Amino acid sequence: MNQDDAEIALQTRLDLIRAARGNSVPLDDVAEVVRAILDTMSGEISSNELRVYNELEALAVIIRKTKQEIADIRPDEIKDDFLPTAADELDAIVQSTETAANTILDAVEAIEAVIPNCDAATGEAITNATMQIYEGCNFQDLTGQRISKVVNTLKLIETRVNGLVSAFGAEIEEVLRNTPEVATESAAIPDDADLLNGPQHPEAASSQDEIDRLLASLG
Amino acid sequence: MAVDKNMRILIVDDYKTMLRIIRNLLKQLGFNNIDEAIDGSSALAMLRSGNTYGLVISDWNMEPMTGLQLLREVRADAHLKALPFIMVTAESKTENVIAAKEAGVSNYIVKPFNAETLKTKMSSVLGDF
Repeated sequence: MNQDDAEIALQTRLDLIRAARGNSVPLDDVAEVVRAILDTMSGEISSNELRVYNELEALAVIIRKTKQEIADIRPDEIKDDFLPTAADELDAIVQSTETAANTILDAVEAIEAVIPNCDAATGEAITNATMQIYEGCNFQDLTGQRISKVVNTLKLIETRVNGLVSAFGAEIEEVLRNTPEVATESAAIPDDADLLNGPQHPEAASSQDEIDRLLASLG
Repeated sequence: MAVDKNMRILIVDDYKTMLRIIRNLLKQLGFNNIDEAIDGSSALAMLRSGNTYGLVISDWNMEPMTGLQLLREVRADAHLKALPFIMVTAESKTENVIAAKEAGVSNYIVKPFNAETLKTKMSSVLGDF
Protein backbone atom coordinates (compact mmCIF):
# COMPACT_ATOMS: atom_id res chain seq x y z
CA MET A 1 0.00 0.00 0.00
CA ASN A 2 1.43 3.40 -0.95
CA GLN A 3 1.04 6.70 0.87
CA ASP A 4 -2.11 7.77 -1.02
CA ASP A 5 -3.74 4.40 -0.49
CA ALA A 6 -2.81 4.51 3.20
CA GLU A 7 -4.30 7.95 3.64
CA ILE A 8 -7.50 6.93 1.86
CA ALA A 9 -7.74 3.72 3.87
CA LEU A 10 -7.15 5.61 7.11
CA GLN A 11 -9.75 8.26 6.30
CA THR A 12 -12.28 5.60 5.22
CA ARG A 13 -11.85 3.66 8.47
CA LEU A 14 -12.13 6.77 10.59
CA ASP A 15 -15.26 7.89 8.69
CA LEU A 16 -16.86 4.49 9.31
CA ILE A 17 -16.14 4.70 13.03
CA ARG A 18 -17.41 8.26 13.23
CA ALA A 19 -20.61 7.29 11.40
CA ALA A 20 -21.14 4.43 13.84
CA ARG A 21 -20.17 6.19 17.06
CA GLY A 22 -20.38 9.91 16.38
CA ASN A 23 -17.56 12.23 17.47
CA SER A 24 -16.92 10.37 20.71
CA VAL A 25 -14.71 7.59 19.36
CA PRO A 26 -12.75 5.58 21.92
CA LEU A 27 -9.03 6.04 21.46
CA ASP A 28 -8.64 2.25 21.43
CA ASP A 29 -10.59 2.16 18.19
CA VAL A 30 -8.45 4.90 16.66
CA ALA A 31 -5.29 3.11 17.75
CA GLU A 32 -6.56 -0.12 16.21
CA VAL A 33 -7.16 1.62 12.89
CA VAL A 34 -3.66 3.07 12.94
CA ARG A 35 -2.18 -0.36 13.70
CA ALA A 36 -4.18 -1.96 10.91
CA ILE A 37 -3.03 0.62 8.38
CA LEU A 38 0.59 0.21 9.47
CA ASP A 39 0.33 -3.55 9.07
CA THR A 40 -0.73 -3.14 5.43
CA MET A 41 2.31 -1.02 4.61
CA SER A 42 4.59 -3.90 3.73
CA GLY A 43 7.24 -4.28 1.09
CA GLU A 44 9.50 -1.50 -0.05
CA ILE A 45 8.73 1.81 1.62
CA SER A 46 9.38 5.06 -0.15
CA SER A 47 10.58 8.18 1.72
CA ASN A 48 7.06 9.64 1.62
CA GLU A 49 5.56 6.42 2.89
CA LEU A 50 8.18 6.32 5.62
CA ARG A 51 7.17 9.81 6.67
CA VAL A 52 3.52 8.73 6.87
CA TYR A 53 4.60 5.65 8.80
CA ASN A 54 6.54 7.76 11.28
CA GLU A 55 3.67 10.18 11.70
CA LEU A 56 1.25 7.33 12.35
CA GLU A 57 3.65 5.81 14.83
CA ALA A 58 4.01 9.15 16.59
CA LEU A 59 0.21 9.39 16.68
CA ALA A 60 0.04 5.97 18.32
CA VAL A 61 2.55 7.08 20.96
CA ILE A 62 0.52 10.22 21.68
CA ILE A 63 -2.63 8.15 22.02
CA ARG A 64 -0.97 5.75 24.47
CA LYS A 65 0.47 8.65 26.49
CA THR A 66 -2.87 10.48 26.55
CA LYS A 67 -4.64 7.34 27.73
CA GLN A 68 -2.16 6.94 30.55
CA GLU A 69 -2.42 10.59 31.58
CA ILE A 70 -6.21 10.50 31.64
CA ALA A 71 -6.18 7.25 33.58
CA ASP A 72 -3.78 8.85 36.07
CA ILE A 73 -6.33 11.59 36.76
CA ARG A 74 -8.49 8.81 38.18
CA PRO A 75 -11.81 9.95 36.67
CA ASP A 76 -13.44 7.02 38.48
CA GLU A 77 -12.62 8.65 41.82
CA ILE A 78 -13.84 12.05 40.63
CA LYS A 79 -17.11 10.49 39.48
CA ASP A 80 -17.71 8.17 42.43
CA ASP A 81 -16.31 10.14 45.37
CA PHE A 82 -15.46 13.79 44.85
CA LEU A 83 -18.45 15.04 42.83
CA PRO A 84 -21.17 13.35 44.94
CA THR A 85 -19.47 14.59 48.13
CA ALA A 86 -19.30 18.15 46.80
CA ALA A 87 -22.98 18.07 45.81
CA ASP A 88 -23.98 16.73 49.23
CA GLU A 89 -22.02 19.49 50.97
CA LEU A 90 -23.77 22.12 48.87
CA ASP A 91 -27.18 20.63 49.60
CA ALA A 92 -26.32 20.73 53.28
CA ILE A 93 -25.44 24.43 53.00
CA VAL A 94 -28.83 25.22 51.47
CA GLN A 95 -30.64 23.26 54.17
CA SER A 96 -28.62 24.88 56.94
CA THR A 97 -29.22 28.42 55.71
CA GLU A 98 -32.94 27.73 55.26
CA THR A 99 -33.19 26.36 58.78
CA ALA A 100 -31.23 29.33 60.15
CA ALA A 101 -33.38 31.85 58.27
CA ASN A 102 -36.60 30.29 59.57
CA THR A 103 -35.26 30.19 63.11
CA ILE A 104 -34.50 33.91 62.84
CA LEU A 105 -37.96 34.60 61.40
CA ASP A 106 -39.62 32.64 64.22
CA ALA A 107 -37.80 34.79 66.74
CA VAL A 108 -38.63 38.04 64.95
CA GLU A 109 -42.31 37.16 64.76
CA ALA A 110 -42.28 36.40 68.47
CA ILE A 111 -40.72 39.82 69.13
CA GLU A 112 -43.32 41.52 66.93
CA ALA A 113 -46.10 39.85 68.89
CA VAL A 114 -45.20 41.88 71.98
CA ILE A 115 -45.16 45.24 70.18
CA PRO A 116 -48.82 45.95 71.12
CA ASN A 117 -47.72 45.82 74.76
CA CYS A 118 -45.07 48.49 74.24
CA ASP A 119 -45.37 52.26 74.18
CA ALA A 120 -45.41 53.92 70.76
CA ALA A 121 -41.72 54.87 70.64
CA THR A 122 -40.56 51.45 71.75
CA GLY A 123 -42.91 49.74 69.31
CA GLU A 124 -41.62 51.84 66.44
CA ALA A 125 -38.02 51.10 67.37
CA ILE A 126 -38.73 47.37 67.47
CA THR A 127 -40.59 47.54 64.15
CA ASN A 128 -37.67 49.30 62.47
CA ALA A 129 -35.23 46.74 63.83
CA THR A 130 -37.34 43.74 62.82
CA MET A 131 -37.76 45.20 59.34
CA GLN A 132 -33.99 45.22 58.97
CA ILE A 133 -33.86 41.61 60.07
CA TYR A 134 -36.41 40.67 57.41
CA GLU A 135 -34.33 42.50 54.84
CA GLY A 136 -31.22 40.67 55.99
CA CYS A 137 -32.95 37.30 55.60
CA ASN A 138 -32.99 37.83 51.82
CA PHE A 139 -29.63 36.07 51.87
CA GLN A 140 -31.25 32.64 52.10
CA ASP A 141 -32.98 32.87 48.73
CA LEU A 142 -29.88 34.21 46.99
CA THR A 143 -27.64 31.61 48.62
CA GLY A 144 -29.90 28.84 47.36
CA GLN A 145 -29.94 30.22 43.83
CA ARG A 146 -26.17 30.67 43.70
CA ILE A 147 -25.57 27.16 45.00
CA SER A 148 -28.00 25.76 42.45
CA LYS A 149 -25.81 27.28 39.76
CA VAL A 150 -22.74 25.55 41.21
CA VAL A 151 -24.61 22.23 41.43
CA ASN A 152 -25.57 22.54 37.76
CA THR A 153 -21.90 23.12 36.90
CA LEU A 154 -20.96 20.00 38.89
CA LYS A 155 -23.55 18.01 36.95
CA LEU A 156 -21.98 19.19 33.70
CA ILE A 157 -18.55 18.13 34.93
CA GLU A 158 -20.00 14.77 35.99
CA THR A 159 -21.36 14.23 32.48
CA ARG A 160 -17.94 14.91 30.98
CA VAL A 161 -16.20 12.68 33.51
CA ASN A 162 -18.70 9.90 32.79
CA GLY A 163 -17.68 10.19 29.14
CA LEU A 164 -14.02 9.76 30.12
CA VAL A 165 -14.81 6.78 32.32
CA SER A 166 -16.77 5.16 29.47
CA ALA A 167 -13.95 5.75 26.99
CA PHE A 168 -11.14 4.67 29.31
CA GLY A 169 -12.75 2.14 31.59
CA ALA A 170 -10.30 -0.64 30.72
CA GLU A 171 -7.25 1.63 30.96
CA ILE A 172 -8.37 2.97 34.34
CA GLU A 173 -8.72 -0.56 35.68
CA GLU A 174 -5.24 -1.37 34.36
CA VAL A 175 -3.76 1.71 36.08
CA LEU A 176 -5.51 0.76 39.30
CA ARG A 177 -4.10 -2.76 39.10
CA ASN A 178 -0.58 -1.43 38.50
CA THR A 179 -0.70 1.37 41.06
CA PRO A 180 0.36 0.51 44.59
CA GLU A 181 -2.64 1.04 46.80
CA VAL A 182 -2.48 4.25 48.77
CA ALA A 183 -3.05 3.71 52.45
CA THR A 184 -6.72 4.15 53.21
CA GLU A 185 -7.95 6.43 55.96
CA SER A 186 -8.66 3.51 58.23
CA ALA A 187 -5.26 1.93 57.62
CA ALA A 188 -3.14 5.04 57.89
CA ILE A 189 -2.22 6.67 61.15
CA PRO A 190 -4.17 9.91 61.11
CA ASP A 191 -2.29 13.14 61.59
CA ASP A 192 -3.83 16.45 62.63
CA ALA A 193 -4.81 17.35 59.06
CA ASP A 194 -6.68 14.06 58.68
CA LEU A 195 -8.83 15.03 61.64
CA LEU A 196 -10.11 18.20 59.99
CA ASN A 197 -13.28 16.84 58.38
CA GLY A 198 -15.43 19.93 58.87
CA PRO A 199 -19.14 19.84 59.69
CA GLN A 200 -20.76 16.45 59.28
CA HIS A 201 -24.05 15.75 57.53
CA PRO A 202 -26.86 15.42 60.06
CA GLU A 203 -27.34 11.73 59.36
CA ALA A 204 -23.64 11.04 59.87
CA ALA A 205 -22.98 13.44 62.72
CA SER A 206 -22.74 12.35 66.32
CA SER A 207 -25.29 13.86 68.67
CA GLN A 208 -24.23 15.59 71.88
CA ASP A 209 -25.59 12.60 73.80
CA GLU A 210 -23.43 10.24 71.74
CA ILE A 211 -20.38 12.45 72.29
CA ASP A 212 -21.09 12.49 76.03
CA ARG A 213 -21.40 8.69 76.10
CA LEU A 214 -18.17 8.34 74.14
CA LEU A 215 -16.32 10.68 76.50
CA ALA A 216 -17.67 8.82 79.48
CA SER A 217 -16.61 5.49 77.99
CA LEU A 218 -13.08 6.81 77.53
CA GLY A 219 -12.81 7.50 81.21
CA MET B 1 -56.72 58.51 45.56
CA ALA B 2 -55.61 56.79 48.75
CA VAL B 3 -54.27 53.29 48.48
CA ASP B 4 -56.64 50.69 49.89
CA LYS B 5 -54.50 48.81 52.40
CA ASN B 6 -57.14 46.12 52.57
CA MET B 7 -56.52 45.19 48.96
CA ARG B 8 -55.79 41.51 48.37
CA ILE B 9 -52.15 41.00 47.38
CA LEU B 10 -50.80 37.79 45.85
CA ILE B 11 -47.13 37.03 46.49
CA VAL B 12 -45.48 34.29 44.43
CA ASP B 13 -42.15 32.63 45.19
CA ASP B 14 -40.88 29.05 45.28
CA TYR B 15 -38.82 29.77 48.42
CA LYS B 16 -41.20 29.58 51.34
CA THR B 17 -38.78 31.60 53.45
CA MET B 18 -38.94 34.39 50.88
CA LEU B 19 -42.75 34.32 50.96
CA ARG B 20 -42.57 34.67 54.71
CA ILE B 21 -40.18 37.64 54.46
CA ILE B 22 -42.28 39.48 51.88
CA ARG B 23 -45.48 38.78 53.82
CA ASN B 24 -43.95 40.22 57.01
CA LEU B 25 -42.57 43.27 55.21
CA LEU B 26 -46.00 43.91 53.66
CA LYS B 27 -47.60 43.59 57.09
CA GLN B 28 -45.16 46.17 58.43
CA LEU B 29 -46.18 48.45 55.56
CA GLY B 30 -49.80 48.00 56.65
CA PHE B 31 -51.01 45.39 54.15
CA ASN B 32 -52.53 42.36 55.83
CA ASN B 33 -54.72 40.77 53.14
CA ILE B 34 -52.06 38.56 51.58
CA ASP B 35 -52.24 35.27 49.69
CA GLU B 36 -49.27 33.12 48.70
CA ALA B 37 -48.44 30.86 45.74
CA ILE B 38 -45.31 28.81 45.20
CA ASP B 39 -45.21 28.92 41.39
CA GLY B 40 -46.73 30.65 38.39
CA SER B 41 -49.31 27.95 37.67
CA SER B 42 -50.89 27.98 41.11
CA ALA B 43 -50.73 31.79 41.12
CA LEU B 44 -52.61 31.96 37.83
CA ALA B 45 -55.26 29.57 39.16
CA MET B 46 -55.69 31.78 42.23
CA LEU B 47 -55.94 34.93 40.11
CA ARG B 48 -58.67 33.27 38.03
CA SER B 49 -60.50 31.86 41.04
CA GLY B 50 -62.81 34.83 41.37
CA ASN B 51 -60.99 36.70 44.12
CA THR B 52 -60.16 40.28 43.23
CA TYR B 53 -56.49 41.07 43.66
CA GLY B 54 -55.03 44.56 43.73
CA LEU B 55 -51.38 43.59 43.23
CA VAL B 56 -49.14 40.66 42.31
CA ILE B 57 -45.59 40.49 43.63
CA SER B 58 -43.83 37.62 41.89
CA ASP B 59 -40.45 35.93 41.73
CA TRP B 60 -39.15 35.09 38.25
CA ASN B 61 -37.24 31.81 38.54
CA MET B 62 -39.86 29.16 39.35
CA GLU B 63 -41.08 25.88 37.89
CA PRO B 64 -43.19 24.79 36.11
CA MET B 65 -44.39 28.29 35.23
CA THR B 66 -41.93 31.17 35.64
CA GLY B 67 -42.81 34.64 36.81
CA LEU B 68 -42.37 35.95 33.27
CA GLN B 69 -44.77 33.35 31.90
CA LEU B 70 -47.23 34.24 34.65
CA LEU B 71 -46.94 37.91 33.71
CA ARG B 72 -47.63 37.13 30.04
CA GLU B 73 -50.67 35.04 31.00
CA VAL B 74 -51.96 37.88 33.17
CA ARG B 75 -51.51 40.46 30.44
CA ALA B 76 -53.21 38.18 27.90
CA ASP B 77 -56.23 37.65 30.15
CA ALA B 78 -59.02 40.15 29.52
CA HIS B 79 -60.04 40.14 33.19
CA LEU B 80 -56.51 40.44 34.61
CA LYS B 81 -54.58 42.49 32.06
CA ALA B 82 -54.70 45.73 34.08
CA LEU B 83 -53.56 44.05 37.33
CA PRO B 84 -50.45 45.73 38.81
CA PHE B 85 -47.56 43.26 38.67
CA ILE B 86 -44.20 43.73 40.38
CA MET B 87 -41.35 41.32 39.64
CA VAL B 88 -39.05 40.63 42.59
CA THR B 89 -36.08 38.63 41.39
CA ALA B 90 -32.35 37.98 41.46
CA GLU B 91 -32.36 38.11 37.65
CA SER B 92 -30.72 41.48 37.12
CA LYS B 93 -29.33 41.32 33.59
CA THR B 94 -30.42 43.98 31.16
CA GLU B 95 -32.12 41.44 28.92
CA ASN B 96 -34.22 40.23 31.85
CA VAL B 97 -35.46 43.71 32.64
CA ILE B 98 -36.19 44.37 28.97
CA ALA B 99 -38.10 41.08 28.62
CA ALA B 100 -40.15 41.85 31.71
CA LYS B 101 -40.88 45.36 30.50
CA GLU B 102 -41.93 44.08 27.09
CA ALA B 103 -44.22 41.58 28.81
CA GLY B 104 -45.88 44.44 30.67
CA VAL B 105 -44.34 44.41 34.14
CA SER B 106 -45.43 47.34 36.33
CA ASN B 107 -42.16 47.55 38.22
CA TYR B 108 -39.05 45.50 38.92
CA ILE B 109 -37.22 44.85 42.21
CA VAL B 110 -33.83 43.13 42.33
CA LYS B 111 -33.04 40.81 45.24
CA PRO B 112 -31.73 41.42 47.79
CA PHE B 113 -34.05 44.32 48.46
CA ASN B 114 -35.06 46.34 51.48
CA ALA B 115 -38.40 47.51 52.79
CA GLU B 116 -37.86 51.03 51.50
CA THR B 117 -37.37 49.75 47.95
CA LEU B 118 -40.49 47.61 48.23
CA LYS B 119 -42.50 50.57 49.49
CA THR B 120 -41.14 52.89 46.77
CA LYS B 121 -41.93 50.46 43.97
CA MET B 122 -45.39 49.72 45.35
CA SER B 123 -46.07 53.46 45.60
CA SER B 124 -45.03 53.98 42.01
CA VAL B 125 -47.55 51.35 40.94
CA LEU B 126 -50.40 51.93 43.39
CA GLY B 127 -49.91 55.56 44.46
CA ASP B 128 -48.47 56.97 47.66
CA PHE B 129 -49.34 55.34 50.95
